[in-house]
Amino acid sequence: MSWPLFFSQVFNGLTLGALLVLVAMGLTIIFGALGVVNFAHGALYAVGAYAGLVAYERTSSFLAAMAAGAGFLLILGVVIERGLIRLYYRRPHEDQILVTFGLGIILVEAIRAMFGGLARDIPAPSWAAGIVNLHVTLYPTYRIDVLAIVATALVLLYFILYRTRIGLIVRAGIEDQLMVNILGINVTRTFLTVFGLGAMAAGFAGVINAPIVTVTPDMGGDILVQSFVVIVIGGVGSFWGAVVGGLIAGELLSLAAMIAPAYSEVVLFAAMAVVLILRPQGLFGVEGRQ
Amino acid sequence: MKAQRSKNSFSRRRVLQAAAAAAGTLPFVHAPQIFAAEESIGNWPAGAQGPTVFVGVTTPLTGPYSADGIDHLKGYQLAIEHLNNGEGLVPEVPSLKGKKGVLGKKIVYKNADTQTQPNPAIQAQTDYITQDKAIMITGALNSAVAIAIEKLAQRYKVLNMVGCSGANETTGVDCQKFAFRSQPSAYMAAKALTPVLGKVIGRNKKAIYLVPDYAYGHSVEHSTGEFTEQELGWKSLGSQVCPLGTKDYSSYLLNIANSGADVFVNVAFGADAVASCKQAKQFGVLDKMKMVVPNISAFQGKELGPEIMGGVYGTMDFWWTLAESNRLAKIFVDTFHEKFNYRPSWPAHIAYTQMMVWADAVTRAGSFDPVKVIAELEAGHKLQMPLGEVWYRKEDHQQVRAVPVVVGKTKAQMRNDEDFFEIVGMTPGPDVMPPDFLGCKLPSSV
Repeated sequence: MSWPLFFSQVFNGLTLGALLVLVAMGLTIIFGALGVVNFAHGALYAVGAYAGLVAYERTSSFLAAMAAGAGFLLILGVVIERGLIRLYYRRPHEDQILVTFGLGIILVEAIRAMFGGLARDIPAPSWAAGIVNLHVTLYPTYRIDVLAIVATALVLLYFILYRTRIGLIVRAGIEDQLMVNILGINVTRTFLTVFGLGAMAAGFAGVINAPIVTVTPDMGGDILVQSFVVIVIGGVGSFWGAVVGGLIAGELLSLAAMIAPAYSEVVLFAAMAVVLILRPQGLFGVEGRQ
Repeated sequence: MKAQRSKNSFSRRRVLQAAAAAAGTLPFVHAPQIFAAEESIGNWPAGAQGPTVFVGVTTPLTGPYSADGIDHLKGYQLAIEHLNNGEGLVPEVPSLKGKKGVLGKKIVYKNADTQTQPNPAIQAQTDYITQDKAIMITGALNSAVAIAIEKLAQRYKVLNMVGCSGANETTGVDCQKFAFRSQPSAYMAAKALTPVLGKVIGRNKKAIYLVPDYAYGHSVEHSTGEFTEQELGWKSLGSQVCPLGTKDYSSYLLNIANSGADVFVNVAFGADAVASCKQAKQFGVLDKMKMVVPNISAFQGKELGPEIMGGVYGTMDFWWTLAESNRLAKIFVDTFHEKFNYRPSWPAHIAYTQMMVWADAVTRAGSFDPVKVIAELEAGHKLQMPLGEVWYRKEDHQQVRAVPVVVGKTKAQMRNDEDFFEIVGMTPGPDVMPPDFLGCKLPSSV
């Protein structure tokens, strides 16, 4: 093992982790506030990437792609919540898993029917194209810029959740939904907002990931599993849990790949198992919350 | 009570013994009749008694190999249409000339999505065998699936024309009496590719591998490593083994970028090949080292473009520009293009020619009886196909066929929007066949 490679992998773990945080954030907000395990999250991420692709192909602007991915998914999230998810709030988790899983399959196959199965590409924007010499290694400029993009998105989300009235209601809902109801707050509108925000985060993450991975209908499958691992490690429903869990997962994947590439994913799941044994509620989770 | 039970069991045993004794004498009593009629095996003759015969097809329509899988399926659709109507290559195959259907029977088929995984493939093919009485099963785009189907075919004694599979095991240690493969094995591809690599990249180079973690990946790494080390003095700096379907290759690519290798051998396939090549470019790996793709995926040129694939060497089962030098290839490419509006890729070629080779063997055998069809395929009868002359080896059921070695064209070299590769050589089949059958030991009879 060489030090330059070690530092490169630590840095790579950070950017890999940042991308995981972005995807996991939507998942954890929806579960935390609504109690819905959203298995369609990976599909929403893919839909976001394709919405971005369509916008990019029309305008050649990456900013337009980001806006389209986030905007379209906000609308789609609202439609899905009103048309489907709200019917499942009082149903058992198994039903929620089945219905969101099914929704995910429908969305992915709809993409395949509309766009075909061939990999598509949203290139990195011109201001983030190329390679930077970090002295320890060469690194794609876009991946470094992703750190700034994700940080900005998280600050924005943090502001919405922790500095606005609607955020206060969402967080109160995460802590004690019944009490929020009793206080006479319009929970329906809040739930709608939360699901819309969660879907928007997924769509935004899809566009941000598109220049790195390739845009394919099943691009969300793998990332859904990793996001679940992230929120289990970090603690379900916790903002900081998703951030720390994502960064831990990114570092584990990168550093394990340096030592034993074939086992890097195994290490991730092993870490999740260890957390589940020692601290079942996750690093930032609250014990005993339903 | 105890005595009674013991008496009962005794008498039951006697009854069983008597029944067994009676059953034991049956074959002798009826022996002349049984040997007079032909023995049934698998779905024969039950599956060949009506006006149609059923072929079970499995291709991935979802998952990382779905793009290749859809092309594969189109090859089957075209071949079955041509066989049923006596069109396409049918008039060019002596035994099939002027005929419609196979032995006068129309081929019907069903296709199931394997999701690029063995389990759904096995479930679907089991249904096709047990419920639809499939007389032949075919189609795969991944060696894990192909090998699982081979074993299923062997268990049910139904013929299997293997679809796309590049692992050595398919006609090596996992070879089956009922299965025949046309795609070059990793061994054949590596042996065909190595002299070209020697010429364009040189001797005594250091190579690093990106390897998907299943039979195909390990086979290709092993065979490519073996030939380049023995014949060119290359040194392997190890391999980056990653799970099938990986989306982000950054940590593997950092290891590769920092390895000090001269050559990056990318074994990833399908959507994985596209993602890993694209990311390799982003990490500067392609500027630092020469990329080699031992087995290029069907749409790798189209999905990555000449900016990444230009100058990349590899092999392919088939590339459509063969139509410019081979009349049969031209018939295949033109009829496919007419029906599907693009030029066929190699998974379609495998599907199409496997169906033709099977129909020819059945027709020459004069029966769908798998025992006779296997004997016919094993006889090594040479057939003209789009690659030139092809035939099967009796010892391992690997098709002896030319292996096209290709190089990616640059943007300036492309004559049309599908002209991604140039064929730099057609290595003759007999030159690349593994002499030791790679561990395959087939029984002499079924």
